[in-house]
Amino acid sequence: MTDATTNDDGIVRAADGTPLKKRLGQALFRSRLRAFGLVTPLLLMIVMAFLLPVVIFLKQAIYNPTFESNMANVSPVLAQWDAVSEPTEDMYAALVADLVQARKDKTIGKVATRVNRELSGTRSLFTKSARKAKKLEAPYKEALEDISKKWVDIETWKAMKIASKSWTPAYLASAVDMKYNADGSFERKAEERRIHLKLFVRTMEISIIVTVMGLLLGYPVAYLLSTLPARTSNLLLILVLLPFWTSLLVRTTAWIAVLQGQGVLNDLFVVFGLATDEDRFSLIYNKTGTLISMTHILLPFMILPLYSVMKTIPPSYVRAAKSMGATNWTAFWRVYFPQSIPGIGAGGILVFILAISFYITPALVGGEDGTMISNFIDFHMRRSLNWSLAAAMGAVLLVIVLFLYYLYDRIVGIDNMKLG
Amino acid sequence: MKIKTLLLGAAAGALCASAATAADSLTVVSWGGAYTKSQVEAYHKPYTASTGTNIVSEDYNGGLAEIKSQVEAGNVTWDLVDVELSDAVRGCDEGLLEPIDPSILPAGADGTAAADDFLPGTLHECAVANIVWSTIFAYDSSKIENGPTTIADFFDTAKYPGKRGLRKGPKANLELALAADGVAAGDIYEMLGTAEGVDRAFAKLDTIKGDTVWWEAGAQPPQLLADGEVAMTTAYNGRIFNAVASENKPFEIVWDSQVYDLDLWVIPKGAPNKDKAMDFLAFSTATEQLAAQASWISYGPARKSSAPLVGSFHNKPDLAMGPQMPTAPENFTTALQNDYEFWADNADELNERFNTWLAQ
Repeated sequence: MTDATTNDDGIVRAADGTPLKKRLGQALFRSRLRAFGLVTPLLLMIVMAFLLPVVIFLKQAIYNPTFESNMANVSPVLAQWDAVSEPTEDMYAALVADLVQARKDKTIGKVATRVNRELSGTRSLFTKSARKAKKLEAPYKEALEDISKKWVDIETWKAMKIASKSWTPAYLASAVDMKYNADGSFERKAEERRIHLKLFVRTMEISIIVTVMGLLLGYPVAYLLSTLPARTSNLLLILVLLPFWTSLLVRTTAWIAVLQGQGVLNDLFVVFGLATDEDRFSLIYNKTGTLISMTHILLPFMILPLYSVMKTIPPSYVRAAKSMGATNWTAFWRVYFPQSIPGIGAGGILVFILAISFYITPALVGGEDGTMISNFIDFHMRRSLNWSLAAAMGAVLLVIVLFLYYLYDRIVGIDNMKLG
Repeated sequence: MKIKTLLLGAAAGALCASAATAADSLTVVSWGGAYTKSQVEAYHKPYTASTGTNIVSEDYNGGLAEIKSQVEAGNVTWDLVDVELSDAVRGCDEGLLEPIDPSILPAGADGTAAADDFLPGTLHECAVANIVWSTIFAYDSSKIENGPTTIADFFDTAKYPGKRGLRKGPKANLELALAADGVAAGDIYEMLGTAEGVDRAFAKLDTIKGDTVWWEAGAQPPQLLADGEVAMTTAYNGRIFNAVASENKPFEIVWDSQVYDLDLWVIPKGAPNKDKAMDFLAFSTATEQLAAQASWISYGPARKSSAPLVGSFHNKPDLAMGPQMPTAPENFTTALQNDYEFWADNADELNERFNTWLAQ
């Protein structure tokens, strides 16, 4: 490098006369550019393979063009319709034209499924009528009425009106047990169909219990690991890591063998007289089973951050506190515990966020009251193929998690978290 | 749109196991376990032997999700898929499946034209049935003396104490509940179409709700029975038969009010080896192949001409397969066919209702 010289104007300059400040800025810019270049592949990957798909998928929660794009004639008419007056002959004519076209394009099944989500029983109405639509003649209202009385039922038309809106709050409403009506209002669903809110609450409850249980069980273990001599603690750490490296499925299945009615634990209970042979405990295929197996499976995620934080807490602090007259409890609570809070925060958040989206374990051992919202998202993804509702439920879950994250940040502070 | 296609393609790739499709091979997807084995023995091996085409067999867990994502992404890797009737009809309506011309199907061994040889309702616009399977209930005869004989016994926990196993979902359960409540097979779907009928079915299920263990995968019921977790459970008849025939379990099947359904071959739209898939489809649903499959698993062949050729279990010559079939006359008297149209119309609503009922 060249020597810096100071001119009359008081600006420090490099040998070639450019101000040193500017040169420094250039150098820093270049290194920043290089650093950015290095992370670009990762950034691109995250954007392309994670953020974009998430956004595109979440869009389905509010955007479903199935009806509008396949029923080109009747959709604009439906948009004009006030959802109160009798459908006119023109509307019936537009509908028949669309049915014929959708039948030809083989899209009638998609349309029928879409309307059926709003009103059960309309699926077969659409597919059946589309098969006959080509032969129908004016007046279309009577012709359709001949096929099924449902065509003159205003509820069918209301369902079509809801389905014809591509941008729709219907799915988000459904994800929180509300019904979106044709006139734009919302109401609660019938009581025997209100399931999602219950599940969100249960999911939160299970996740919180698992996190707290994990903390209660993991804290002493992490403390033990961090205070023992390296040789012993490494050996014990393996015992924590071994299950961590074992497949989730294997561990869940192992819990089934342990907890089921004729399982190891219940057999022991019977041997020790804690239960009778006929009246064994139900420890699995219910919420208890989900809680036990999830706590066990997520325990390493609690222990490891705790351990790595505790490892950095000098034992001399506690000794100092005791030498100044603190009781064991005071030394722990006032000196040791506050220093371990970053580990608790990291472990807690890690376990909670993993728990809230857990799905294989609850699916296998959850039974009737131990399944979680993710099991229903899975159901709508793979079984009912209602991807829009799955996206809406996912969106609600995401909002809940973000809100909790925000709360955590306000109460504990996100920088007060340490993963190692 | 292009990005979306690309991303959906990535999703589809993640969903299905990586399928290496060489030029001279077919990817055939089915349900796994003893069922896939029966197809490999009866269809795949003879086909490979006669044509030299290699068949890659993949397992899946039912449903249209994979087919839908493959077709929508324009990246189809499956050539032939074994699906349930409701999925076949729905997939066809949604344009996810190739239409199948029934004229490619060979005539029966006795010379009957294919259209007459297949059982009624087994040929569809986009699908050809290969087997008839059934939801039945079963119990462990070593644990229950004078075992149950009717579906009403299944719901009678006073007469037969013990836990019950039921599939976690409304399908088949609502039908069985009404049958147990005394509704004749022919009236069940009509009744389920009314609010009172649905209430009545749930009320009947309420009587055993506290004693029920819910299963989801077909492999679970035999396991639940073997572990003594349940006294009796609904199951797919082939799974129970397999436990009896291959593992010598003392399970007994009760055929009363069985709810039967079809498995069908479908070809996803844009399948990479469509012509070959059609050829294999015609080959595998011929009389001999369907009859041969029946010696590996107790699912009824979809062709009438196969029935007389059904022999005994492949490694147990004294175990005749005929009486094990859902379609055997003595098993079939109170049988009810699963009404795909009813379920296509009402599955969404009844699923919500069922899950809400479960959560109560």
